[in-house]
Amino acid sequence: MPERISTADVAHVARLARLELSSEELERFTEQLAAVLDHAADIAALDTAGVEETAHPLPLVNVLRDDVPRPSLDRDEVLSQAPQAEDGRFRVPRILGEAP
Amino acid sequence: MSAAEIAADVAAGRRSALEVVEESLARIAGAEADVHAFNLVTAEVAREQAAAVDAVVAAGGHPGPLAGVPVALKDNLCTRGIPTTCSSRILAGWLPPYDATVVGRLRAAGAVAVGKTNLDEFAMGSSTEHSAWGPTRNPHDLDRVPGGSSGGSAAAVAAGFVPLALGSDTGGSIRQPAALCGVVGVKPTYGVVSRYGLIAFASSLDQIGPFATSVADAALLFDVLAGPDPLDSTCLGDPPPSASARLGAGVEGLRIGVVEELAGADGIAPDVRARLDDAIEALVKAGAVVDSASVPAAVYGLSAYYLIAPAEASSNLARYDGVRYGVRRDGVDIGAMYNATRSEGFGAEVKRRIMLGTYALSAGYFDAYYGQAQRVRTLILRDFAAAYADFDVLISPTAPGTAFALGAKTADPLTMYLNDICTIPSNLAGHPALSVPFGTGDDGLPVGVQVLAPALGETVMFQVAAALEAAAPPAPVSLPRAAFDGGVR
Repeated sequence: MPERISTADVAHVARLARLELSSEELERFTEQLAAVLDHAADIAALDTAGVEETAHPLPLVNVLRDDVPRPSLDRDEVLSQAPQAEDGRFRVPRILGEAP
Repeated sequence: MSAAEIAADVAAGRRSALEVVEESLARIAGAEADVHAFNLVTAEVAREQAAAVDAVVAAGGHPGPLAGVPVALKDNLCTRGIPTTCSSRILAGWLPPYDATVVGRLRAAGAVAVGKTNLDEFAMGSSTEHSAWGPTRNPHDLDRVPGGSSGGSAAAVAAGFVPLALGSDTGGSIRQPAALCGVVGVKPTYGVVSRYGLIAFASSLDQIGPFATSVADAALLFDVLAGPDPLDSTCLGDPPPSASARLGAGVEGLRIGVVEELAGADGIAPDVRARLDDAIEALVKAGAVVDSASVPAAVYGLSAYYLIAPAEASSNLARYDGVRYGVRRDGVDIGAMYNATRSEGFGAEVKRRIMLGTYALSAGYFDAYYGQAQRVRTLILRDFAAAYADFDVLISPTAPGTAFALGAKTADPLTMYLNDICTIPSNLAGHPALSVPFGTGDDGLPVGVQVLAPALGETVMFQVAAALEAAAPPAPVSLPRAAFDGGVR
């Protein structure tokens, strides 16, 4: 059974998940996540040696369609829904550290 | 009036689809301010669709099995050019560039979509209180929740706004609100209904399914929705089971198991258990062979679900980054923009689940949490398989209690999660299950009984549900509904 989740752990996963938390949120979420994970102690304690994992309820694998060209979504209609677009592309803020 | 009757009347030219949709819109106008079932009512689009159905009828064509039937769509189903928000700020104002497959199927069947219904943000919740646009209220008692996450769809049907609605069910999000609102709600077998255009929450669990006021109407809608779709690679290729095939066949000789781990779980209210016992008695009287069944691993379903679903959600919701659609909050560089967009765009419950899932998938915890939850999923499948060797269907309560007061469970997420204890095992197994109203609790509010079946067992599941419906005590007249009727006339 892993150790109880700490505020440092929650701060770490928030950073991984691209979420900024206030210190009040950090405290509250840590308590709430700890309660859910405490509940999960029932399965962490189960002996599942030799039990296969189920990732998906269906035995489907590699469903393929024929490789035939067909119309796709309208580019302009898609780009019209982007926060910013330019020259047929999505526009984003600068990615690298230097000034643009 | 049932969906089947409306469709028959419209197809025969006895009523126009336009007249039917105007009635639906008038009922919505009369009580929507109290209920808040909808994020958006698309009156003009509905009138256009109804006029198109009437034109088909006037030309002597076949308008389809749902001709002129008003339907409500959960607001996590994409509708081309019509706002689709998932009740999240992060998708405010987004106009999808395509329709979900089920939206197209409804239109092809002659149904008329009247609007997009409220939900817990990204379908994460059991009360529809986690909506960025405010809660939906239960039409039977406006101080209580409708359940969730498809609470808007359940309330729209329960309030008489529409005879049919679509929801999605990842851990009970159709069945639990159906139970709390006193309507029929169905989660189909995983892979039977296309999910193309359903905004993803937990992809190994999500299914789209019907809400209706009767089992026959739910079956009618199921049969329209089900079937292969080349646009969804998780959709089964074979023809789906028929929901309507054996509706009137009764339950004589059927073997029905009562899942003792669910019926006897901690937290099942005594009045809910009493209604299940009444249902058992009714089934026995109708000739079924009822006995207790055991699905031992079902008790671990809740813990497994609240690791697997958040893990999948943390991955699925990574796409909301302010680049391709939805809302953006500016930052000095792209990383700051991601952080600001997601921190302001997501509500607290969505953040909790993303973090829980990220944690369950992170180095050092992956095997103890996510891996273990997937092994428990295997145990649940095995235990169901063993139970279905002895029984044709299983039954249990749908929800642990009747509708609870707004605000009663929002402070403690784990308390909220316990609402899903009876519904989660079917999602983990990919099996079909439905909730059918069966009497009321001590507070006079609706109680649902859940019918569970093995994969692709919809035919017998609907057959048993129809027998329960026929035996159910009549629903009491509820005051808020009467008040609505007064407002509509």
